Amino acid sequence: MSKRRTVAQGPLGVHVLRVAVIVVALAFSLAPVLYGIAMSLRPMSAIVNNPLSLIPAFNQIDLSSYPTALRSESQGGFGLGRFIGNSMFIALGTVIFAIAFSVLGAYAAVRLRFFGKRSINGMILAVYLFPGIVLAVPLFVLMSRIGLTGSLVGLMIIYVAQTVPVALYMLRNYFQAIPESIEEAALIDGCSLPVLLRKIVLPIAMPGIVATGLYVFMIAWNEYLFALLFLVQDRPRWTVSLGIAQLTEFTVPVPILMAGSVAITIPVVIGFFAAQRLLVSGLTAGAEK
Amino acid sequence: MVAPTALVVVLVVILPFLAVILFSVAHIRLIDIPRLTLNNITFTTDNFAHALSSQSFWSGFGTTIAYASLTTIGAIVGGLAVGLALRRPFRGRGLIRAGLLIPYVLPVVAAAAIWKTLLNPQYGVVNALGKTILGWDAPIAFLSTTSQTFAGVHVPVTLFTVVAFEIWKTTPLAFLFITARLQVMPAEPEEAAALDGANSRQVFWHIIFPQLRGVVILLVLLRFIWSFQSFNDIYLLTGGAGGTQVLAIRIYTELITRADIGSAAAYGLVMTAILAVLLSFVVIVNRRGERL
Repeated sequence: MSKRRTVAQGPLGVHVLRVAVIVVALAFSLAPVLYGIAMSLRPMSAIVNNPLSLIPAFNQIDLSSYPTALRSESQGGFGLGRFIGNSMFIALGTVIFAIAFSVLGAYAAVRLRFFGKRSINGMILAVYLFPGIVLAVPLFVLMSRIGLTGSLVGLMIIYVAQTVPVALYMLRNYFQAIPESIEEAALIDGCSLPVLLRKIVLPIAMPGIVATGLYVFMIAWNEYLFALLFLVQDRPRWTVSLGIAQLTEFTVPVPILMAGSVAITIPVVIGFFAAQRLLVSGLTAGAEK
Repeated sequence: MVAPTALVVVLVVILPFLAVILFSVAHIRLIDIPRLTLNNITFTTDNFAHALSSQSFWSGFGTTIAYASLTTIGAIVGGLAVGLALRRPFRGRGLIRAGLLIPYVLPVVAAAAIWKTLLNPQYGVVNALGKTILGWDAPIAFLSTTSQTFAGVHVPVTLFTVVAFEIWKTTPLAFLFITARLQVMPAEPEEAAALDGANSRQVFWHIIFPQLRGVVILLVLLRFIWSFQSFNDIYLLTGGAGGTQVLAIRIYTELITRADIGSAAAYGLVMTAILAVLLSFVVIVNRRGERL
């Protein structure tokens, strides 16, 4: 037993190093975010006069930056509520279409062997190899030519196209985890392929599909480059990412900016941690070999 | 069943790629778009000639390589350190893991806004700490200083700042990949080695690291590809100031500021080609290594 303990924990020096790495990494990861939250709770004058007092006293906490950031411009706010509405519309639309376009393809890649692992990996690699900023050049020209710049639907089309490969990759990993014997049993019992998909495969894969949808939602919610290219001149249509980035360029008070940054982060953080286990297994499935 | 998926790939990868090739040998500017058809394009090789002979292209290339290499190494070393440190289960490990993932989950725009505030020369906490605790004479403009001399050494301050930001933002993913691999690793070889008297360093280099080789190579590839083409993170922090004009920002400048589609496409094509060459080199070297 004592030997096993040594194996599990190692010598004292290694143990100290391990604790030090964890403490430093945690501080490095969380400090900027905690700083952002703290700055969103203090008035601008307090930040400028005393940049080092980070934690506001309880009676000095000022939550007013949040409603001010969210209110529309005509009500003296910064319009973040509207940007959230735009981003919700685009991100939810992207999720629905990206899943619809990839779920059957992913299943086919796993079970029907004519379109295998290699071609999916090749495709994902091709999409990744082709830089977003380079892709932006023809898409910008095309969308301008057909008059879809300045429209949320145009941006949604781009997002669907950009997220289908990732969705395909994650869904394939989830489908692979379903034992084939269940489907074989159903087929022997006379189940047709569409019924098999609807009644058996999709319900089993549903947690994976939800996790993929969440990941696609995060990508669409966080996306900046295409929103900048297509919508920058069209303030009512700004998405959350574009909105916060544009406000950074203006002389918007720091607490408002920090409140906005925290507000747009909350939905993705909640979503990610709600599905953390599934998301992580879907994303890292290729890493285990 | 695969038709919708295949259609999307054609629309997203193949057609745009052909369009980039077409534009790169064409004389097109943004104002030409409304009356653009396939018949009225004037062809030229000027775009490539300009790109390849321009000083700014090659300096951008150098910056991109430095940025991509440093961030790749930083994220993988960080991910390895944290992954190994969190390998053994203990109370609260799940919570610590969740905390470590925050920078990855955070929208890049929110992260950049927070970092800009942190590093602000007037009211940012980093400069305030530097002045009161470290005794700096003047605040450091972290996001607009191409080079500053510290103790006789020229330091590319802003480039290092954007590299630090990218490492901060991408280490969690490296950590997740490495953890996924560590979790399926059998414990017996390590226990046997420890019983035979191997020390921690020997166990790491001779037993753990060889098993991590595959995932580390995968991460090198992915991280290098992503940071080579990184636009958002740098553009949001600096807008390309302070010596951070990477190729992606050059392309954006050609397209939007200079309104020259042909030139932007030529830059983009050269950038894609360089990336493809670098990666095929890595893949070939790796294949050869596996065979030996």
